[in-house]
Amino acid sequence: MSFTEILFYFFSAVLVISATGVITARNPVYSALWLVLAFFNSAIIWMLLEAEFLAIVLILVYVGAVMVLFLFVVMMLDIKVEELRAGFTKFDWLGLPIALVVIGEIASVVWLKSSDGVHLGLSSVAAPAAYALDYSNTKALGQLLYTEYLYPLQLAASILLIAIVAAIVLTMRKRPGQKMQDISAQVAVKASDRVRIVKVAAVQPDVDHGVEGQS
Amino acid sequence: MNAIPAFIQPLFDILNLPEWLRFVTWIVITAVVMFLTIIIFMAFLTLAERRVIGSMQARIGPNRIKVFGLPFFRGLAQPFADVIKLMFKEIILPTGANKFLFILAPLLTAIPALATWAVMPFWPGFTVADVDAGLLYILALTSTGVYGVILAGWASNSKYAFLGAMRAAAQVVAYEIAMGFALVGVVMAAGSLNLGDIIDAQRGGIQNWLFVWLFPLFIVYFISGIAETNRAPFDVVEGESEIVAGFHVDYSGMAFALFFVAEYINMILISALTSIFFLGGWLSPFADMESLPAVLTTSGLHWLVFKICFFLFCFLWFRATFPRYRYDQIMRLGWKVFIPLTLVWITVEALLAILRVGPFARLMAS
Repeated sequence: MSFTEILFYFFSAVLVISATGVITARNPVYSALWLVLAFFNSAIIWMLLEAEFLAIVLILVYVGAVMVLFLFVVMMLDIKVEELRAGFTKFDWLGLPIALVVIGEIASVVWLKSSDGVHLGLSSVAAPAAYALDYSNTKALGQLLYTEYLYPLQLAASILLIAIVAAIVLTMRKRPGQKMQDISAQVAVKASDRVRIVKVAAVQPDVDHGVEGQS
Repeated sequence: MNAIPAFIQPLFDILNLPEWLRFVTWIVITAVVMFLTIIIFMAFLTLAERRVIGSMQARIGPNRIKVFGLPFFRGLAQPFADVIKLMFKEIILPTGANKFLFILAPLLTAIPALATWAVMPFWPGFTVADVDAGLLYILALTSTGVYGVILAGWASNSKYAFLGAMRAAAQVVAYEIAMGFALVGVVMAAGSLNLGDIIDAQRGGIQNWLFVWLFPLFIVYFISGIAETNRAPFDVVEGESEIVAGFHVDYSGMAFALFFVAEYINMILISALTSIFFLGGWLSPFADMESLPAVLTTSGLHWLVFKICFFLFCFLWFRATFPRYRYDQIMRLGWKVFIPLTLVWITVEALLAILRVGPFARLMAS
């Protein structure tokens, strides 16, 4: 077994364990943390596939932004996992066959061999050769995205932008009793609007206490 | 990747190390040397902060601890005294705290802060790891640093700490986007994600440094950096007047010291990145002036350190000058001012590229 393979099996093992942890942890915060660990390990596996751009972007987007907000929400809400789990085993009759089918499909790809030896089984596909040391996945991806797939990329970007704007618009609906700040009004405020200077006549103290030191 | 330098080869020959082990040993040596340098730099930064802010507020600052009893540079050994004090303090676990996460959280803040330095170009041709996507690596790692803060706040089982953690999460996510967009502008102008190449793209005198063309992005990046490191005037995460000390209110001893270390290393990191992206990193501003002494005209580590120190001074200066932002104003500045500003400037850059002006002509050429 080569060093890369040892790394692969190690990180996939951790990935499987953390993925299991996501659904078995009793505390939702722990679930979210297991998911973060799972993202890290899948990023490392991508790194082993020489896809460093995707690996880093996975960490940047999912670990750095999405999961932070996820943790934020999970910590704020008082989620009772026990109650959610109460009916968990009710759907075993449906879940078990589906799980078996998925396992069977994975096994057929990994181990089975079809009669023509082409369509099934890992052995029918040769492992891709490693790239040269100066290969840059970032550059390769950029070249493809901005030449061949330029229009699909632009389309996807526009759809995302519309989704962002739509999400904001949905929360901006007018409701009675809404309290909003008018920033420009706050900035434009002058001292004379807020402060009134009152002239008070000075009063002579009527009692002669006598200050210490000046008899 | 760096070749192993010639001066260390004889040592490896004596030890008769195999080829792969030589490489690993060299990587470990560079990492340890860099780690110690940064830690020592950070230690003196804490002293500098107290002396600089002290003099700005017309007081003296720490001036007691002497180095081996010498009569000059009083206060120079103060950081070491602080470290020793913190090391011998007990780490108190609050009742009802989540023990595992409580201990893990300071580590999670300190590790990304240190790991980011791996891709930093220190002088011409030297980087510990010359990664092509170095800029993305830095963005990814700095964005994971917030986990330590959030988990510290949650695991402490205290309302103050929890409020601090919530503030940290919201603030870091907000300013990360502005920071990322500012870096998009840098990548467009330099044409690379590799930090060494970004510096190389700024060669040829001070007018080629990116802050000239990207001035709004330069300002946005540095201010976002201050917000990202939770320094004054954006330090509502610690907000003494409202939530005692924020996320680390329940921490003591070395666990607290790790948060402290991470904060200061992140300050140095932001200063280093600002100098690399916008002020030409290790490039000398007087490269073509022959009449000046060689120290000034040659590019090298000393220029990078000088620029880092300038930005660090700004960090301290801001802390002594500005009052703390109100929380909603922080959010407004991040989302409604910085993000639109960076987007506008990216559009301007695209226009300049079409008109083939300045460094952007390079984009259209290739």
